[in-house]
Amino acid sequence: MNLREIKKVKREWPDRAMVVSLMVPCEEEPWKKILKEVEDTEADGVELNFGCPHGMSERGMGSAVGQVPEYIEMVARWCKQHTRMPVIVKLTPNITDIRRPANAAKQGGADAVSLINTINSITAIDLDNFAPQPTIDGKGSHGGYCGPAVRPIALSMVSEIARDKDTRGLPISGIGGIATWRDAAEFIALSCGTVQVCTAAMAYGFRIVQEMASGLSNWMNEKGYRTIDDFRGLAVPNVTDWQYLNLNYVTKARIDQDLCIKCGRCYAACEDTSHQAISATKNGRRHFEVIDEECVACNLCVNVCPVDGCITMERLTAGTDPRTGKDINPAYANWTTHPNNPMSLKAAE
Amino acid sequence: MAKVAGPDIRAKRLSAKDYAANFADLHPPLDQHEALVESDRCYFCYDAPCQRACPTGIDIPMFIREINAGNPKGAAKTIYDENILGGMCARVCPTETLCEEACVREAAEGQPVKIGQLQRYATDTLMATGKQPYIRAASTGKRIAVVGAGPAGLACAHRLSFHGHDVTIFEAKKKPGGLNEFGIASYKTVNGFAQKEVDYIISIGGITIKNGKPLSKNLTLDQLRNDYDAVFLGMGLQGVNALGAKHEDADGVDDAVDYISDLRQANDLSKLKVGRRIVVIGGGMTAIDVAVQSKLLGAEDVTILYRRGQHQMKASAYERELAQTRGVKIKHWVMPKKVIAKNGTATGLECEYTEEKKGKLTGTGETFKLEADMIFKAIGQTFIATPLGGLIELDHGRIKIDADHRTSLKGVWAGGDCAAGGQDLTVAAVEDGKRAAESIHSFLTPDT
Ligand SMILES: Cc1cc2nc3c(=O)[nH]c(=O)nc-3n(C[C@H](O)[C@H](O)[C@H](O)COP(=O)(O)OP(=O)(O)OC[C@H]3O[C@@H](n4cnc5c(N)ncnc54)[C@H](O)[C@@H]3O)c2cc1C
Ligand code: SF4
Repeated sequence: MNLREIKKVKREWPDRAMVVSLMVPCEEEPWKKILKEVEDTEADGVELNFGCPHGMSERGMGSAVGQVPEYIEMVARWCKQHTRMPVIVKLTPNITDIRRPANAAKQGGADAVSLINTINSITAIDLDNFAPQPTIDGKGSHGGYCGPAVRPIALSMVSEIARDKDTRGLPISGIGGIATWRDAAEFIALSCGTVQVCTAAMAYGFRIVQEMASGLSNWMNEKGYRTIDDFRGLAVPNVTDWQYLNLNYVTKARIDQDLCIKCGRCYAACEDTSHQAISATKNGRRHFEVIDEECVACNLCVNVCPVDGCITMERLTAGTDPRTGKDINPAYANWTTHPNNPMSLKAAE
Repeated sequence: MAKVAGPDIRAKRLSAKDYAANFADLHPPLDQHEALVESDRCYFCYDAPCQRACPTGIDIPMFIREINAGNPKGAAKTIYDENILGGMCARVCPTETLCEEACVREAAEGQPVKIGQLQRYATDTLMATGKQPYIRAASTGKRIAVVGAGPAGLACAHRLSFHGHDVTIFEAKKKPGGLNEFGIASYKTVNGFAQKEVDYIISIGGITIKNGKPLSKNLTLDQLRNDYDAVFLGMGLQGVNALGAKHEDADGVDDAVDYISDLRQANDLSKLKVGRRIVVIGGGMTAIDVAVQSKLLGAEDVTILYRRGQHQMKASAYERELAQTRGVKIKHWVMPKKVIAKNGTATGLECEYTEEKKGKLTGTGETFKLEADMIFKAIGQTFIATPLGGLIELDHGRIKIDADHRTSLKGVWAGGDCAAGGQDLTVAAVEDGKRAAESIHSFLTPDT
């Protein structure tokens, strides 16, 4: 039935690429058989779903495979042997290090990976009958979490694969909470060649894709990018590890008093949970201003301020940092070399 | 149509359907969905400007957050903690000049969070359960007399009872509520809300209301001071200012507050007479209310005359717009010179244009005549001190009080409209009553 429809759609839309998602028990024969059937539909590729966290994993499919790199490699190899179609391996985020399954897919000969699948989750507990929601006959189990909340996790995992010496260059299809053109562009900037959308379409229908296409092409026009490859991966070199961040980079939050609506959210956030670096009054009047002597540039106020562009981070390049009282050093220095690090001092001794 | 002899004043100008529609709730209550959408707009400001602008200091961001978290009863308690008449205030406060004017979303996009409407949603939800969120403290054995069952008296009584004191309220009228019951525009407080709220407030226990018992020469202040441990005066304003215009006692010239009181007490609005052409003199809330309600009763032409410009009017821009969109005309820089009367019945008004010269208002000498079937005076109310028996010092004609709402007489506190220096708002009266109660409480129980 599915195969018949796939075939029909492909025949009606021959100029579109069609990738078929597959979930099959971990045995060679069933994979061999289904790959043959998919080839008959004239689809353009297959995606091995090693990510599904519910229903299938309990039957030895989906994330049950995706959580064991050896299985990933084995199944990917079978598939590459038994089909001429490109093979994409879809990865589960329910593991500790995404680079291992990605590398296993690569070793098995996969042409690409796609990620992330959904995250094990319980979204809510019904407080009347004390069971997870949705509730089935009084019980509930975990489901797969997706949508905007998982996007930051997906971006991070994509970046790890894009940066790792073993997996670098492996084509990636980005998935996870993509709902607008900007989300798509961010995944592409982290080297994804394609992106996939599900939750947003579930929430709003397929029409949302129209906004993504027009938004992306407007932004590309403004930037002068002709193809996706013109900006693909440009953010990857700028993802680094904490110890290589420039410790001599000094910034202070700045509040634009003309834009400020005096809600005091920045003050509450900074006062209660950060560095007490914002004052709430000036000459007895309600007025919010950053105290440079205290501001460590954590960016929290920027995130809580409800007014776009009202709080910005301004770099100090000369003079002294009022917080530390030390001269601002324009040279780059990271944790491995910085005097603040007792280990680096020791090494220098 | 044949010319009718005499002024055209009559009842039944409208169909039953029109009366019902005209006097329906001005702002229909928010349903749950609307309340959730609206409460989501609140930024939960630090040291919130709205809270500062509220005369009773309700923790507005907190109650809005409680609504948004699906806890409207908790929200109601947050409101009642500062303002036990939070239900009435939600309906009658000029929020556009109080909390909502201060809302940062007014600054951000000219659309404040609908604080009043949300307050009503929360308080209506809790009131519908009929349950008070308070338990009285253990009895102190102290007894307090409260004079007047208006907002000030009720708020004072509730707080005193909460602290374990027993309260008797002496009310001159046959019904409690003060101007909530007799004064507020009827479309702001429909379905007998004022009495329901009084019942709700006194359901805390320990409060007895004695209706038809005015402070007077039969029930003197000295008597109350003898019989009770403390006295609170919340008598409001019982007098009205005179126009000082010739023939102002002619038939057809009425005090706006009296007419509004009749309207509020009418069981059947179609029996209430209203003129075809109405002139209202004044620039405050009462002027607006009598003008709008006359119009809603079916008057054809309603004109408010105010002797200064629109910015000096006490009625807020919102109130003025309410009047104007109901078809009331507001004429500025005019004052009444004399009532034109025929056989003791008013037929119109002679007016003079005014101007301000060096801060002083004077007539320009140019006059004009306005025909009118009814003329309403709404130029302010006054305090009548007679019932006090001369025992208490006044200040600008009202009762002089200190920061704790004590009067010049030991053991006697005062608040609300009858006290000097107030704002003449329901919410301000509530705050006065509450503060006086706290002061009385610490006076009576100095060790706690
Ligand atoms: C027409 C009109 C419309 C108004 N509209 C609004 C509005 O929309 N919003 C707003 O915030 N404010 C409004 N106000 C103002 C508001 O109603 C008052 O500020 C508020 O009611 C004052 O409360 P109070 O308790 O001091 O006095 P009152 O409400 O006047 O209550 C005083 C009580 O004391 C009783 N009393 C008087 N003399 C004696 C006596 N000798 N012995 C015993 N009892 C006595 C009275 O009968 C009355 O019950 C309006 C006022 C008027 C006149
Ligand atoms: S959060 Fe933004 S708008 Fe609010 S007070 Fe701070 S700077 Fe002003």
